[in-house]
Amino acid sequence: MANLAAVVGTGQTSYTTKRGDVSIAGLVREAAVNALNDAELTWDDIDAVIVGKAPDMFEGVIMPEIYLTDALGCNGKPMLRVHTAGSVGGSTALVAASHVQSGTFKRVLTVAFEKQSESNAMWALSNPQPFSTHLNAGAGGYFAPIIREYMRRSEAPYDVGIKVAVKDRLHGARNPLAHLQKPDITMKEVEESFMLWDPIRFLESCPSSDGACAMVIANEELAEQAPRPPAWIRGVAMRSEPTMYAGREEVNPQAGRDCAADVYKQAGIKDPRKDLDVAEVYVPFSWYEPMWLENLGFAPEGEGWKLTMEGATSLDEGGDIPWNPSGGVLSSNPIGASGMIRFAEAARQVRGDAGDHQVEGAKLALGHAYGGGAQFFAMWVVGSEKG
Amino acid sequence: MKEIAIVGYQQSDAVSDAGACNEVELIIPVISKVYDQVGIKNAQDVDFVCSGSCDYLQGAAFAFVMGVDALGAVPPIKESHVEMDAAWALYESMLKIRMGHADSALIYGFGKSSPGELPIVLSQQLDPYYLAPQWVDTISLAAMQARLMLDKGLISEQDMAEVVSRSRRNALNNPHAQLAGDVSVQDVLAQETYVSPLRKADICPVSDGASAMVICTVEKAKEWGLPYAVISGIDHCIETHNPGMRDLTDSVSTRKAAENAGVHNGAVDVAELYAPFSHQEIILARALGLGDATSVNPSGGVLAGNLMMASGLSRIGEVFNRIVSGEAQRGVAHATSGPCLQHNLVTVIEQAKEAA
Repeated sequence: MANLAAVVGTGQTSYTTKRGDVSIAGLVREAAVNALNDAELTWDDIDAVIVGKAPDMFEGVIMPEIYLTDALGCNGKPMLRVHTAGSVGGSTALVAASHVQSGTFKRVLTVAFEKQSESNAMWALSNPQPFSTHLNAGAGGYFAPIIREYMRRSEAPYDVGIKVAVKDRLHGARNPLAHLQKPDITMKEVEESFMLWDPIRFLESCPSSDGACAMVIANEELAEQAPRPPAWIRGVAMRSEPTMYAGREEVNPQAGRDCAADVYKQAGIKDPRKDLDVAEVYVPFSWYEPMWLENLGFAPEGEGWKLTMEGATSLDEGGDIPWNPSGGVLSSNPIGASGMIRFAEAARQVRGDAGDHQVEGAKLALGHAYGGGAQFFAMWVVGSEKG
Repeated sequence: MKEIAIVGYQQSDAVSDAGACNEVELIIPVISKVYDQVGIKNAQDVDFVCSGSCDYLQGAAFAFVMGVDALGAVPPIKESHVEMDAAWALYESMLKIRMGHADSALIYGFGKSSPGELPIVLSQQLDPYYLAPQWVDTISLAAMQARLMLDKGLISEQDMAEVVSRSRRNALNNPHAQLAGDVSVQDVLAQETYVSPLRKADICPVSDGASAMVICTVEKAKEWGLPYAVISGIDHCIETHNPGMRDLTDSVSTRKAAENAGVHNGAVDVAELYAPFSHQEIILARALGLGDATSVNPSGGVLAGNLMMASGLSRIGEVFNRIVSGEAQRGVAHATSGPCLQHNLVTVIEQAKEAA
């Protein structure tokens, strides 16, 4: 049985296209200092540092954690670098939690980041390889056909994705850290934005952001003494499956379903829509909200889009299960940090620390991240109570 | 805390050029062998899988993703990856077992360094604003470190040549070694310097290959009925990145990790040290407090073949092999990362109590 652990501090930078005012070290330090301040701790209180980010080619620095040692107060301490594709922010939080849940450390700092403006993610994802088919498609081009297949199977109306794009930007307008601030966005504006990868329009896609997110995770004893309410980690799970294999279900991947079932079991969740108060889920392209509503068991297969259209996932429409009240990946996407932001935002909700995007009375929240060709999944459930 | 055992370890030959082999083709032979050794069929038979690799060796983002194809991850598996040597993948796996979410784990590391110019590629691991633009390669940095040691009288060129000579001779007994031979100290000293004061023989070769390991709880090892060795201690520690801010002639982080891992709680029969340069073996042996009673790098170490991203795991595997064969009772393995031994991991491996 794992030891109890809790999030006792979160810290983020604001998200924007280009943070020209800070170096990579300055960026990660900003998030880390914010997390330490939130936890009312100093660098000396940290036993180990766990760093995550997406491919090193996004900044052009090999294993950047080696150079970030000094910025993250890590001299003389253990440092671990996690890299599991787009799910990395979530996986990093889980690996950080395991440092405490294993009883090996009392209190650790975890940081995930991406400074996309240093390079070009489209290039970094598409350089040709001698032994593989050259896709040259980027992430949107990869996921567009899968979304089309979802639309075909579910017979969802064409504007479900448009609705998600509006909903998440309205959520983002409540979050001062969000990259896109579009309080006046309309369905018409999204629909008229140009088509990038049919059926994904420009405004149905995530932005490209610079930013970092950090958390302090502590053991039971220290979490109980924390000055602010802890977010108790009630379940942790990760799953992987290969990119391609005969019979792979790409619309509703088994790795996602298995991962959700695992984390719900640990947290005692039987009906996620009813039992959870809020979810922060990795939705980089609008249509992934209805797809993940089904994959994560919030709706029966083929019916996820109905929740979206009914407003069940919208804070502004008073929905019963708000998804991505922070604005989600559609409002801010520093790739390597995006998963950790979901995990940290879930923690903020159950700590009652989410400001204008707080879901009132939230006690149990899901943090979710996915990566690769929707083949790597990381999830946690956090609660205001130990369970 | 749960006792964790190593039950299987396999390494490929270290070769200078694996040719048209892709990474999956490097991984599959070693993991197949380790499955056979442990008596399992595939990754479905362990509870967790963790690997170590580096995107820049392959020249692709998410290079490890294809590695998953080597595992038979259908149905989906619990799997993670570190952009570090696989010795740290072992560390992550141990946390997973300690927290009770796994009883067994497969760990693998792989690297195909031959397509690029490794020392120059690794220069882009340095601080991107102040150091990387100078394109200081790994050999030049290590040469500065060796020069400091020579100037301070902490080592002699003879000492460095002795490390090389011992590595080449030990490697004669290692079927996976890339460089082996009956090389004397005089033979080494007769070579001209390459990046002064380093001779080519002082520098590890560039190698392609992979290694894999299976660990599990001691209970599971007994259930499987396998010979095993116990990991009695493990710790790692990183130092400042700025080479001007630390004493390059010492390894403070190795000393600290060794203390936390309990290296000094018993005799050390064997030590496998990840020293890519001859003088670094001397720094490490001193930081670990190793004396004449310890056989250092009986495999030849990485001077005989350096599988980037797998060599650290291989050091642990080499000690494991010597313990289960009865050659040693207690050993220390070391892994490193970053320029001039910036980050170091120390593992203590011991004979199973039943065998003692």
